Amino acid sequence: MAIPLQVARRQPLRRPLSAPGPREWQRRAVDGVATALVTAAALLGSGVLLLILGYVVWQGAPALNLAFFTERPLPYGEVGGGVAPAILGTLLMLLVAALISVPLGIGTAIYLAEFGRGHFARLVRLVIDLLAGLPSIVVGVFVWALLVRHVVGQYSGLAGAVALAIIMVPIMTRTVEEILRLVPSALREGALALGVPRWRTILGVVLPTARVGVITGVVLSLARAGGETAPLLLTALGNQFFSFNLFEPMAALPVQIYTYAVSPYEDWHTKAWGSALILVLVIGCLSLLTRAVTRRGPF
Amino acid sequence: MIASSQQAPALGAALLAVTLLAVAACGPVKTPTGGAPAQGSQPGPARAGEARTLTGAGATFPAVLYSKWFNEYDKATGVQVNYQSIGSGGGIKSIADQTVDFGASDAPLTDEQLKGTKGGALLHIPMTLGSVVVTYNLPGFNETLRLTPETLAGIYLGEITKWNDPRLTADNPALAAVDKNIVVAHRSDGSGTTAIFTDYLSTVSPAWKERVGSSTSVNWPVGLGGKGNEGVAGEVRQNQYAIGYVELIYALQNKLGVAQLKNKAGKFVEPSVASTTAAAAGVVNTIPDDLRVSIVDAPGEDAYPIAGFTYQLVYQNMTDRAKAATLAKLLWWEIHDGQQYCADLGYAPLPEGIVQKAEGKIKAITAGGQPAFGAS
Amino acid sequence: MAYGAPEPPGQEGAGARPPLRTPAPGRAEAPAARGALARSGLVSADRWFVAATAGLAAGAVLTFAALVALLVAYAAPAVVRFGLGFLTTTVWDPVFERFGAAHLIYGTLVTSAVALLIATPLGVGAALFVAEYAPRWLGDPVSFLVELLAVIPSIIYGLWGFFVLAPFMRAVVEPFLQSSIGQVPIIGALFSGPILGRDLLIGGVILSIMILPTIMAITREVLRAVPDTQREGMLALGSTKWEVIRYAVLPYAQGGIAGAAGLGLARALGETMAVTMVVGNSSSAISPSLFTPGYTMASAIANQFTEADKEIYFSAIVAVALALLLVSTLVNLLARLLVWRFVRGVGTDVAA
Repeated sequence: MAIPLQVARRQPLRRPLSAPGPREWQRRAVDGVATALVTAAALLGSGVLLLILGYVVWQGAPALNLAFFTERPLPYGEVGGGVAPAILGTLLMLLVAALISVPLGIGTAIYLAEFGRGHFARLVRLVIDLLAGLPSIVVGVFVWALLVRHVVGQYSGLAGAVALAIIMVPIMTRTVEEILRLVPSALREGALALGVPRWRTILGVVLPTARVGVITGVVLSLARAGGETAPLLLTALGNQFFSFNLFEPMAALPVQIYTYAVSPYEDWHTKAWGSALILVLVIGCLSLLTRAVTRRGPF
Repeated sequence: MIASSQQAPALGAALLAVTLLAVAACGPVKTPTGGAPAQGSQPGPARAGEARTLTGAGATFPAVLYSKWFNEYDKATGVQVNYQSIGSGGGIKSIADQTVDFGASDAPLTDEQLKGTKGGALLHIPMTLGSVVVTYNLPGFNETLRLTPETLAGIYLGEITKWNDPRLTADNPALAAVDKNIVVAHRSDGSGTTAIFTDYLSTVSPAWKERVGSSTSVNWPVGLGGKGNEGVAGEVRQNQYAIGYVELIYALQNKLGVAQLKNKAGKFVEPSVASTTAAAAGVVNTIPDDLRVSIVDAPGEDAYPIAGFTYQLVYQNMTDRAKAATLAKLLWWEIHDGQQYCADLGYAPLPEGIVQKAEGKIKAITAGGQPAFGAS
Repeated sequence: MAYGAPEPPGQEGAGARPPLRTPAPGRAEAPAARGALARSGLVSADRWFVAATAGLAAGAVLTFAALVALLVAYAAPAVVRFGLGFLTTTVWDPVFERFGAAHLIYGTLVTSAVALLIATPLGVGAALFVAEYAPRWLGDPVSFLVELLAVIPSIIYGLWGFFVLAPFMRAVVEPFLQSSIGQVPIIGALFSGPILGRDLLIGGVILSIMILPTIMAITREVLRAVPDTQREGMLALGSTKWEVIRYAVLPYAQGGIAGAAGLGLARALGETMAVTMVVGNSSSAISPSLFTPGYTMASAIANQFTEADKEIYFSAIVAVALALLLVSTLVNLLARLLVWRFVRGVGTDVAA
């Protein structure tokens, strides 16, 4: 077949070498539809997020003023006041939860990554996976039965913190274990070759090398726990006064949002959105930070 | 003697157990006989020997009043009373389990529930009177809805499903234009408001009594569940053509319509402080010793048919003297000084005879053998 | 293994030292090396360290065991009294003390099914977009935005659902569904009945938004793990992009995608706050219509736990919690099996 002039001149053909039949058009049409659908799915997924975030910002911004951050709630139906006890309560309970869960989570991760062979380690991994998948309301039931009903004997911030800690440990363990596994063996072997005992190797070489990833794990689990509502309803109860006493009920931001949202008061609705805005901002920033960090690589 | 990874778990578990025991031994532990957490964990007392914080939980029915009370009480005395409105059922359970210092409930405990309290005898102290109103959201209907016991029971039984049902238009001719389904709202949580409401329905409707009964939590034939009085008010507000039952103040604050009900005397009565007070007239003479009483479907020309007392629940014999002293003072303040805040919020103040009986109950509270009230 | 006990300094040359070994060449060898390392060369302080970390690890196991034990103990009275009928009867009557959780199980299953039906195609589609179609500069932001959905606390979904989605569904979507598909026989029963604005459908839609990021993120990893040789083979045969995906990539990845859906399902089953604000919280009997108000197991527990004042009532609630625990655990295990078999080591930023 003679070479078309355009091909010799390296110009695009106006007509294909062989005309596409109906079957070819059908396949191309299907391909086009698929591309459109897939793009639509992606747009919808990302669009929904912007919709929700936009609404939270729009509704929540009017609620934010100085009183919102510094005062405590006023009686039902009165306009004004703030959610300061809830903000402080959330921070305090997260702090205590971190104090409990960080040693447990990192310790477990170290065990699994450095010493984990055999049946016990397999059991621990399984349990960590199961704990990670627990509905948070079930965690709340457990902590109520253990702490509220028996040990402490009343609704308390401590019970809330323990519930949050139980939610935090599996996330932290899994993240940190992955990070520790990624530390090159050469570092460990170098230290061991110098006569450093295992425990000092781990604490002095492995962990510091992995510290960015470890912090990521901690922050990730804090971000997740900070947004939990259901377990706190059953354990910390709530408090309209400022309280730093862990053995008394304590307010929390997500619970405050819930209480305000289902109320009939317009002012409280606005405050619910304002609290939601703060929550989204803080948790969102924390999560963005961890993502930025892991993008650059774990070390 | 090198420990293998297989022996490590056993050793580790032992270490963990020892650590936990040590922590548990040091930390405050609630004793089974109802003691409160160790004194060291409380902030310093306002006066010698008195607690500065109290925790209460329960009814949402009086929550509007209580939140006002405890705000004022904090200003007056510096004592912070943390009250969480989780529903009367929650109040009853919490005080029975002793996970709070006082409970609050519109529904008095049944004999069976009284047997299950961890700390012994439980006192019912009446605080105020309120009325359960039927609230509705009817766009375009500008009059006041009138309901009879039969129509109300019919709606909640699911037998009357549309607003223009002839049984409703008989009392409300303007409803004939509203051809919409009735959206029924009720409580999803255990509620004293529900107890009073279903008590009334059981009294006036044999069908209701047989099918559903009366309690803080019932098996509703129809409707949406809202959490707390606030939740039901919220549901009615959010859904057009909805109907629900809430304490009076929630309907007023929410600017929702309030229905007139036909009382025992046959008159359509509006819920108000006056008609609530009328419902309690005469109960002073008939109220039992333990102050548990129901005043639904009360006789009287102006009595509102769905009214009830709301109680605070405290143990007669407490073990924590500091808390008992503060609690007794709080209760005394509530039935005396606190009553001035009632009317503005739509609650009826306690009749004088009831106040005297309540005083007797407060004086009966003991802590470690000594009377708690007037101790300091 | 060439590494022996680290000798104390000062003993160089005192005894025959084992020859130095070159560092482990690849990752595949490292675990074996570490395992032997774990067993050998531990000084006495190391024993305590291993024991301490093992103890902390045991803490997780103890917690889980205690959790199950406590739940079983509290649920026992109800299980004993109602037996298997607890799972099959729908009457939830605290007054007459008859408790059956069938409508709760039904509500949970239906909302989760609706969520899966909506989120799986969307999630797989978005993952395909990011992994196969879009260039890096577009795919990364889209992926990031969808994953941000996982970060939003569930109470905020509840808030948004309560104030925005539910009114929208009631005013626009549900009447439309009722007037269109609702008229078709048999399937139309799904969209029948009065439109109240609080129902299983809205609960399902909210859940679908919440599990979308999970499904998308895992599917994306799964798709990336499909070897390029599969794609190249199809392309060499002259297929279109879609045909490559449909005949080469998706069949290869289907196990992993099923696992992703399973993890999404596990999340949907346990979700409490978002659902409880829009689902209706009503114990009405089981009905085929998606427009009926319903109740899920998690919502029932959240609503009624603090106030179940009779012992048998409380026991029934805890029995529901136990059932929820069992179901979500089973689904979790199954899903992880599917995904782990397919993709080793899922990324840390995937919400589970």
